[in-house]
Amino acid sequence: MNAITFTNVSKQFPKTNYKAVKSVSFEIEEGELVTILGSSGCGKTTLLKMVNRLYDPDEGDIVLFGENIRDVDPVVVRRRIGYVIQQSGLFPHMTIEDNISTVPKLLKWDRKKQQERCRNLMELVGLDYEKFHKRYPHELSGGQQQRVGLARALAVNPKIMLMDEPFGAIDAINRLNLQDELKKIHRETNQTILFVTHDINEAFKLGNRVMIMNEGKICRFDTPQNVIRQPGDAFTQSLVQSAMDQEKFWREYRD
Amino acid sequence: MNGKWMEVITEYFRTNKDLYLEMVSTHIKISLIALLIATVIGIGGALLVSGNERAQKILSAVFQTFRVVPSLAVLILLIPIMGTGIMPALFALTLLAVPPIFMNTISGLTSASPFTIETAVGMGMTKRGTFWKVKWPLARPMILAGVKTAAIEIVASATLAAKIGAGGLGEIIFTGLGLYRMDLILIGAVSVATLSLMTGLILDGADKLLVPWK
Ligand SMILES: Nc1ncnc2c1ncn2[C@@H]1O[C@H](COP(=O)(O)OP(=O)(O)OP(=O)(O)O)[C@@H](O)[C@H]1O
Ligand SMILES: [Mg+2]
Repeated sequence: MNAITFTNVSKQFPKTNYKAVKSVSFEIEEGELVTILGSSGCGKTTLLKMVNRLYDPDEGDIVLFGENIRDVDPVVVRRRIGYVIQQSGLFPHMTIEDNISTVPKLLKWDRKKQQERCRNLMELVGLDYEKFHKRYPHELSGGQQQRVGLARALAVNPKIMLMDEPFGAIDAINRLNLQDELKKIHRETNQTILFVTHDINEAFKLGNRVMIMNEGKICRFDTPQNVIRQPGDAFTQSLVQSAMDQEKFWREYRD
Repeated sequence: MNGKWMEVITEYFRTNKDLYLEMVSTHIKISLIALLIATVIGIGGALLVSGNERAQKILSAVFQTFRVVPSLAVLILLIPIMGTGIMPALFALTLLAVPPIFMNTISGLTSASPFTIETAVGMGMTKRGTFWKVKWPLARPMILAGVKTAAIEIVASATLAAKIGAGGLGEIIFTGLGLYRMDLILIGAVSVATLSLMTGLILDGADKLLVPWK
C-alpha cells in the first residue's frame, strides 16, 4: 500500500500571486526514505506541512495509507506523524524527558510506559538517559537538542516522519553521525520518511529516492543512481554538476 | 549624635511598639489586597483579550496613559468620589498595579518562539493544549516580573494612602512631617524601604520556584 499519495496538489498563500506548490502528484511506498532537494523558496516546507495539515491545499488530494486526510481531524492526523524542524522547537520550559514524552502524554500513556519509552528513545538517538533526562533544552548543545527533537518525533513510533532540514544547523561531523543514526533508525522501524535538505550530498546519501523541486514543481523523482546517471532537465543537471564541481575542488587540493 | 539618634529611636519603639506593628500590618494588608485584586484583573483581562489583537492594542494604550498619572493625584481626585479611608486607597493602588501586570501578561503570552508553537501544533496539541501547556507557562516569567513591578509600586504608594486616612506606615512619615520630627520620618522611610526590598526578594523567590528552567 502507498504510504503517501499526492494527486494534483496545489497551494497558494493568501496575498501572493503565485502558487507555492503547483499541481504536484507523486506516490511514496511504505518504508521509503525520500529526500526533498531544491533551492530556497521552491516549496519544500509547504509541501511537507500539507502532509500533517499545518497547511491545507487549495486543490488536490492527499491520501495517507488509503485515507484522504481532508476527512480526518487535523489533530488526529498530526499525532500519527512525527515532525522535526531545523530550529528543534523544543519546549524551553520542559525537561528533556517531558519534551520527549509530549505525544505519549497527549495520548495518555501511563507514566511507567512513558518513562521506559523515553529511556529507549534517548539510547536510540545516542543520549545518556541518566545524564540528560532532567536537563532543560538550553543546557544542551545544538546537536544534542536536535537528537532530542528526533527522539520526540519518534516517541509513538509514527508510521510517517516529516523532517524539515533537521540537521541544517549542525556541524559537519555531528551531521554525518546523525545521518548514520537516522539510516539505522529507518532500517529498524521501516518508517516512511520525508526528509527536506539543502545539502545535495545528504540528499543522495540518505534517500532511497530523491525528489528534486524547482519553483513549486517536482522536476525529478527517482533513485540517486538514476538521477546522477541521467539528470534530465536543466535544473537537475546544474544541481548534479555543482556537486561534482565541489568534489573536484576537494580532489585538486588534496593531490 | 549617633548615640542620641539611637536613643530617640529606641524610645519610640519602646513606647509605640503596638502602634508601629499595627501600621506595618495595615500597610502589608492594604498592599496585599490591592496586589491580589490587580493580579486577578490584570491576568484575567489579558486572558480575556488574548485572542483579540485590536482589544489588546486599545487596552494597552489606555493603561499606558494611566501609568503617567501620579498616584498621589489619583488618591486626591478620588476623595470627592469615594471619600476617605481604606476603600479609595485600595481602589487607587489597584488602578496603579493593573497596567504592569496586564501588559506583561500580554507580551508574555506572545513570547514563545514561533517554532515552538509550530512544533506544538505539528505534534497534535489542540489550540487549548498549546495555550495552557506552552504559551501560558512560557509567559509566567514575564507575568511574574509584572507582578513584582506592581508590588513594589504598591508598597511605595501605599505610603501616600495614609494621606486619605487609610493608615499604614505613611502615618508615621506624615506625622513626622507635621511635627518636624526627623526621627519619625526616618523610621517611616526606612520601614517602607525595607518592606519594598522584602517584597522584591519574596517575588524573586517565587520566580525561582515557578520558573525552574531559567
Ligand atoms: N506563510 C506564508 N505566507 C505567504 N507566503 C509563503 C508562506 N510560507 C511560504 N511562502 C512562500 O511560498 C514559497 C515556498 O516557501 P517554502 O517555505 O515552502 O520554501 P522552501 O522550499 O521550504 O524554502 P527554504 O529552503 O528556504 O526553506 C516561497 O515563495 C515563500 O515565500
Ligand atoms: Mg523550508
